[in-house]
Amino acid sequence: MEPAEIIQHSGGVIGASWLMIALPLLGAAILLLGGRRTDRFGHLLGVAMSVAAFVVAALAFFQLLGFAPGERRRGVSLYDLIPGITKIGLLVDPLSISFCLLITFVGSLIHIYSIGYMAHDPARRRFFAYLNLFVAAMLLLVLADNYLGLYVGWEGVGLASYLLIGFWQHKPSAATAAKKAFIVNRVGDFGLAIGIFTIFATFHSVSYAGVADGIAKGGSIPFTAIGLLLLLGACGKSAQLPLQSWLLDAMEGPTPVSALIHAATMVTAGVYLVVRSGPIFQATDTAQLVVTIVGVATLLAGAIIGTAKDDIKKALAGSTMSQIGYMMLAAGIGPAGYAFAIAHLITHGFFKADMFLGAGSVMHAMNDEVDMRKYGGLRKLMPITFVTFFIGYLAIIGFPLLSGYFTKDGIIETAVEHNAILGWLAVLGAGITGFYMSRLVFMTFFGKKRWEADAHPHESPAVMTWPLIILSVGAVVLGAFLVLGNRFMIFLAPAVGRPEELPSFAPFSPTGLVTLALVAVGAGFAWVRYGSAEVPAVAPRGSFLTTFARRDLYGDALNEALFMRPGQWLTRLAVFFDNRGIDGLVNSLAALIGGTSGRMRKVQTGFVRSYALSIFVGAAVLVGAWFVVGNL
Amino acid sequence: MPWLSILMGVSVLGALGVTLVRNDKLAKQFTLGVSLVVLALAIAMAVGFNPNGDKFQFVEKYVWIRSFGVHYAVGVDGIALVLILLSVVLVPIVVLASWHDAEAGKRSVRTYFSLLLVLEAMMIGVFAATDVFLFYVFFEAMLIPMYFMIGSYGGAQRSYAAVKFLLYSLFGGLLMLVAVIALYSIADKHTFMFSDLIGTIQDVNTQKWLFLGFFIAFAIKAPLWPFHTWLPDAAAQAPAGAAVLLVGVLDKVGTYGMLRFCLELFPDAAKYFTPLVITLSVIGIVYGAIVAIGQTDMKRLIAYTSVSHFGFIAMGVFAMTTNAGAGATLYMVNHGFSTGALFLIAGFLIHRRGSQYIADYGGVQKVAPVLAGTFLVAGLSSLSLPGLSTFVSEFMVLVGTYQRYLVPAIIATTGVVLAAIYVLWMYQRTMNGPTAESVKKLPDLSVREKWVIAPLLALLLVFGFYPKPLLDMIHPAVKSTLTTVQVSDPAAVVPVAKEAQ
Repeated sequence: MEPAEIIQHSGGVIGASWLMIALPLLGAAILLLGGRRTDRFGHLLGVAMSVAAFVVAALAFFQLLGFAPGERRRGVSLYDLIPGITKIGLLVDPLSISFCLLITFVGSLIHIYSIGYMAHDPARRRFFAYLNLFVAAMLLLVLADNYLGLYVGWEGVGLASYLLIGFWQHKPSAATAAKKAFIVNRVGDFGLAIGIFTIFATFHSVSYAGVADGIAKGGSIPFTAIGLLLLLGACGKSAQLPLQSWLLDAMEGPTPVSALIHAATMVTAGVYLVVRSGPIFQATDTAQLVVTIVGVATLLAGAIIGTAKDDIKKALAGSTMSQIGYMMLAAGIGPAGYAFAIAHLITHGFFKADMFLGAGSVMHAMNDEVDMRKYGGLRKLMPITFVTFFIGYLAIIGFPLLSGYFTKDGIIETAVEHNAILGWLAVLGAGITGFYMSRLVFMTFFGKKRWEADAHPHESPAVMTWPLIILSVGAVVLGAFLVLGNRFMIFLAPAVGRPEELPSFAPFSPTGLVTLALVAVGAGFAWVRYGSAEVPAVAPRGSFLTTFARRDLYGDALNEALFMRPGQWLTRLAVFFDNRGIDGLVNSLAALIGGTSGRMRKVQTGFVRSYALSIFVGAAVLVGAWFVVGNL
Repeated sequence: MPWLSILMGVSVLGALGVTLVRNDKLAKQFTLGVSLVVLALAIAMAVGFNPNGDKFQFVEKYVWIRSFGVHYAVGVDGIALVLILLSVVLVPIVVLASWHDAEAGKRSVRTYFSLLLVLEAMMIGVFAATDVFLFYVFFEAMLIPMYFMIGSYGGAQRSYAAVKFLLYSLFGGLLMLVAVIALYSIADKHTFMFSDLIGTIQDVNTQKWLFLGFFIAFAIKAPLWPFHTWLPDAAAQAPAGAAVLLVGVLDKVGTYGMLRFCLELFPDAAKYFTPLVITLSVIGIVYGAIVAIGQTDMKRLIAYTSVSHFGFIAMGVFAMTTNAGAGATLYMVNHGFSTGALFLIAGFLIHRRGSQYIADYGGVQKVAPVLAGTFLVAGLSSLSLPGLSTFVSEFMVLVGTYQRYLVPAIIATTGVVLAAIYVLWMYQRTMNGPTAESVKKLPDLSVREKWVIAPLLALLLVFGFYPKPLLDMIHPAVKSTLTTVQVSDPAAVVPVAKEAQ
């Protein structure tokens, strides 16, 4: 089934949906321009703006539900953004509104949590300004009705991510990580930008409606090129191979940032891009195949990295890579996978944010310690954090009836049917997930305490635990709500289409049973290694494979060898060439002339300036002479 | 009303007036006042501009040298108008920014500010001239005030830099002079009026030679790779305010000249040389960015980023599509604001610490957050972040070039990655990390300095989200230029319904 037509719309909350973007943007502007005067209420204003955006999103959602399914794509025109290239407007449809709800709801919870988490930071106001800026940019990304608007939001979230990763910028590691994230993302944006150029050159339009119209008309459209270029952009933003390396370093940012931007929302933008560009990808088997391969490769790579990290945030970051790999895999399959990709994106947004904030709660209690080897036995001292985290854990490994069980299983089932090899690799990934997540939970909350002497763990304040509780509720119920009865697939269909035949959910299908068995094996193995056994305080040397995983599969080493060092070498060469080569040539020319004129120096003042002047005067005389002669 | 003559007249009278004021402080205030009056007048003029009216508006024409058909003839189209607006916006900002910069100079403070106003008049004149000879006169005469501003008020190597700048420019200027005179004689119309000379040179070979005469002068002025090495020296030695006008406006005369004269007077030659120019531009984009990454001196770094940016502009001019041409024109304006802000903030920083070397800084964000924040925004405008006006122009240039020249556009797009590296790495080394001992007591921006930077950043932001007012002025002029050159935009592969665009 094809996506529905876009209907222009001006009234009601949908007509005012630009407020979703404007309100947080206003919040950011007030907090940044207001300076220290806004310190006192800055965090409250930030929360208020985010919550207000959520209210608008919720109202728009209900208004949208009031329309017949075939009329649920509402366009809102705004203004002429770049005359000659594109106008800007918003597209409120089931796909964008799903994102809006996720971004503003989880975003608001994380804003609230940050009141507590950042309470002692002197720059808390600035933190909230950046968070608001992020929310505004992310909403623009998903609401824009064309690729250029998306690109503006896309780079906007990149900026917010840069500012927030480097929030503690006095730390060189944070500043470097921020810069790295931005630059690696720019490599992706290079692809996205050229993809947009190609779209414009092909259709003389960059709007989703224009592209759909052009595809319907047909002609020689370079689908594969556009698809692969957009995918490169998606890989940068969503930390997919080969542009994954920035995400682990991005954990230098404050933990709420990791939860919001680097787990629940921004990093999933690549999945959004692929799904939103469905009409393009569905016309090119090659690009779709590459999307699924990238997805599977990343889901395995992320999972392997997750197994070897002792830093709780980096382990979770590996897991995020991996889970987005699942979404990418589903998004590459086409209409049969879109709903599962987005559903998993939403449930992941909840359970991963839940776990990141839980990790933040643990760090908050442990003097910002992130090394899990120095945790242990925390479940008794931090009961709320533990229970909520444990729910998130069960959700991500796909424990029956929790969120991840429905959404990830949906992806795996669809993938196995689509391409057996890729599908079974995804099953394998699920098994590894069972291992590394169990390892993380056992090392943190179970076993004996291995704390530093000055650690006095305690439960976090209510402003931090309530968001955890709410998110963990989502981690329990959302999967069943979205997947059962194909509720979400039917809801999304007007925006992204749907398969001819709706899938039927079969509990404990063969694939599902194998998956569960592998997860159980992974968890059991983790229990043997990290649950029942003593965890050494210093990481053992480990095999070659362990080192491979610890070093992020040598991603950084590869980048350094392939790009950074040759780049530095090239830079030095270019500077040398410029100084000695080009400028040297210019100066020796000048010296030659200077040397010649030096012989006449006795009749000259010796100042180079006067040579210049004499050239000027001489030129004037020449001109005069020319005119006189020319007119005789 | 003779708007353009009034603008120049006020500046020149102001320049004379400044020399009569005995008190330095009063002289500065007077200069600021004059430049603000010029700004107000220019805005009033711009409001009266009709984008869809005659090609040149506010025209004035008086015979200057009758026997050679030289006129004092001025007038503006949308392209010239936005560049004049850029100039008159930058001058008061530079005046305010240079408040204390002339005190250490070899000549008096009053002279510096007087030179600024003389330069302002010439900048207006060069963009407004519709007589080719008059344009040449302004083109050369502009060198004089800038030469003295660098040579008398610059850094330690100022003499070397000023002479290099002067000699280089004079060399280009002489080539252009020869071409101007040849154009006059071959056209044999007994006039230097630009509009009368269009279409007079039919022979392609003649066009090629004349084109080269103009083009090399403009390529040195802009500067285009490989004629660029005078720029880092001049920009690094010039006082910050002069550097802003040098890179922000004077260099634009080069790219403006390519668009106005090279394309319209010699259309066949322009098409013939397009592959060469686009190649030089693309090399400049990538090369300038790579060399910028390797710089250790902040001002030189900013100068090299401009070499990269001028590559974008020249590429846009010669891609000869509406989007690229309009984008290149808008780029000239935006680059003035963006690089202006960068040079000025770097200048404030250098003034405080007394060093241009990046390595002498570190962790400034901690002690001077406003300075660091504005520096970051200016830097982000240099890397063309969406939401800032530089993005609009860079996007237009790239998409417009891509429509006709796929591979150069793709190579040029790597510039967006390189720009991120040179900007953010410089920012990291100066502003992030532990605060260096030597900058621990650095004061944050003063009120005056905030007033210098605020308008620039505001303009970058406003035109970033709403570039329409500028583009509405630029578009008809660019379309008219392309019509003269007889090129039309490549069609869409699959045209889509109008409402779907």
